[in-house]
Amino acid sequence: MTTTTSTEPKVPAPRGGSADAADGRERVSAFWSLSRAMLLGMKRDRTATFFILLFPLVFLVFFGSVTKGSSTPHAKVAQVGAVKLFDSMTGEGRSELDKVLTITRTDDEAGTLEKVRKGDFDAMITQGADGKVELRYTAADQVRAGALQGIFNSVVQEANQQATHQAPAYVVDAQQVEDKSLKPIQFLTPGLLGWAVATGAVFGAALTLVNWRKTKVLRRLRLAPISAGTVVSSRILVSLLTAFLQTGVFLVVATSFFGLKLTGNWWLVLPLVACATLAFMSIGLLAGSVARTEEAANGISQVIVLPMSFLSGSFFPMDGAPGWLQTVSKVMPLHYLVDSAQSVLTRGGGVTDALPTMGGLLLFAAVLTGIAWKLFRWEDA
Amino acid sequence: MTAAISADGIRQRYGDVQAVDGVSLTVEAGEFYGILGPNGAGKTTTMEILEGVREPDEGRVELLGMAPWPRNPKLLPRIGVQFQASAFFRKLTARETIRTFASFYGVGPKRADAMLERVGLADKAETLTEQMSGGQAQRLSIACALAHDPELVFLDEPTTGLDPQARRNLWDLLRDINDEGRTVVLTTHYLDEAEVLCDRVSIMDHGRILHTGAPAALIREIDDTVRISVASGQLPVERARELLAAAGADVATLEDDTVSLSVSTRLPAPVLSVLAEQNALRGLEVRGATLEDVFLQLTGREFRA
Repeated sequence: MTTTTSTEPKVPAPRGGSADAADGRERVSAFWSLSRAMLLGMKRDRTATFFILLFPLVFLVFFGSVTKGSSTPHAKVAQVGAVKLFDSMTGEGRSELDKVLTITRTDDEAGTLEKVRKGDFDAMITQGADGKVELRYTAADQVRAGALQGIFNSVVQEANQQATHQAPAYVVDAQQVEDKSLKPIQFLTPGLLGWAVATGAVFGAALTLVNWRKTKVLRRLRLAPISAGTVVSSRILVSLLTAFLQTGVFLVVATSFFGLKLTGNWWLVLPLVACATLAFMSIGLLAGSVARTEEAANGISQVIVLPMSFLSGSFFPMDGAPGWLQTVSKVMPLHYLVDSAQSVLTRGGGVTDALPTMGGLLLFAAVLTGIAWKLFRWEDA
Repeated sequence: MTAAISADGIRQRYGDVQAVDGVSLTVEAGEFYGILGPNGAGKTTTMEILEGVREPDEGRVELLGMAPWPRNPKLLPRIGVQFQASAFFRKLTARETIRTFASFYGVGPKRADAMLERVGLADKAETLTEQMSGGQAQRLSIACALAHDPELVFLDEPTTGLDPQARRNLWDLLRDINDEGRTVVLTTHYLDEAEVLCDRVSIMDHGRILHTGAPAALIREIDDTVRISVASGQLPVERARELLAAAGADVATLEDDTVSLSVSTRLPAPVLSVLAEQNALRGLEVRGATLEDVFLQLTGREFRA
């Protein structure tokens, strides 16, 4: 060894345990340096960065691209021969119809029917000499099939009505209440964001705890004169920064590339994400307290996060799910995050919508942290 | 002056295994104290109880006049603990690692960097701890334990798994640490390490301390049997037995393993003269007792590291 005591300028400091006396001018904060250590470690861990940031984004890009522009049930219809019903339509009525239908004229009835079966056309329309309009459609896409039938029924009824030369007795004026721009990206963004935040916070807390216990970093922290509060709060800071970074990236990507339209109170998503992060961290803390190995912590976290994401409507809306499943989803913190995030991001929800959710999430975090505290172990027994 | 460590009757049981079975010891301030024993002897558990990370089933411990259990924040800045495993944060460089740990004690980056240089890692400051060799990681671990200038240092098997050169370098460092007036407690399963470094050694096996003393004194206390060996093939073993008996030599063991002819005796002079008369001194080696013999004597079996 080249460095020995003789070349070392430092002389043993006076005994007495006051380490700060040795260099009182240097001020250091255990809280900031611990937070910095965790952030640096995370930044340099490519796998962690991928799963926390890029993987959810890949999902957003994937779902966003797949569903882009598919919200209007534009149908391709083949018209065989003359169909007086359509041919006679002119002006406004015709242009309204062209918005939802693309009508192609053919003469080969059998061949066209085959094309409908294969899905090249959504429907085929013919009209007999007796005035009977025949519609043959494919039910491969049930929503579109339903819409088609509705369109044709109304066209036929309107034509019938005009033929009687009487004013209609009843009229329906239907209008959508949401912003007309409620495209899939409007519910995909809050859903996938919720999933990303849950993944980051649950796995982050669980794996850190187990890794620290296994490598004895936890023992080192315990043997250092810093409080548990310092350790916990710096871990919270790191998780919050991660969650905000995820939120920022998600909103930027969704608004710039997929036409997400934010409503007035969208900033409320930040306190919502913060409260949810605490709730997810408490789940991770519990998983990390129970698990002995990183593999176990990983497994437990996965078993919690994935079903929770599906049940909370992260990937698709839960409106169509059976009632009992919706009830199950109501005990999950992610359900409330997704719900409220949707409300404030895309449906003009305000503080009064977000506050109860925040309170609930914090309560959830408090209860689970309490349980985790009871199960917490400094050492592998 | 209060003793650096005083432990009295500590016991710890894991299920069916009595890991520590009534250990009492006193370490004076400034002493280099070794706990020597094979794997599974209870050294690590004893250390953990002394450090205050484990509560003993029974017994009482005081470090620098204070109880280490329950966690005592007043005591913590005065002790430094080096870990058997390399307990570092993930993906940090050596410099970032020691600065982080130093900050927990209110110690600034300058002192942390100085300590890194002290253990000869200045040129490895920007290396991630995951990419360091075993010896470098051990030195970093020791530097982290020393950054806050503790008066009592615990080292748990610091040289395990190091190559001979790295071990010797580390020994120099440990001796310097002790020379500065720090009390050092070291566990090891290397007898030579204890012999070279420690002022006093406790030999431990099956959770008990069998004997405590200065290494030289321990060796002297047991029968000083001298082991004399020469190269095989110079003197048949039967002939040697006859000659030695005729010369009145007190022979404990006599054997020929086809490489050496070895004789253990308390009185080397007559044995040596017999061998000289027979002109059978090629490859002569005379060796006194070592800690290994002490261990054999105390436990009745070979030392197994």
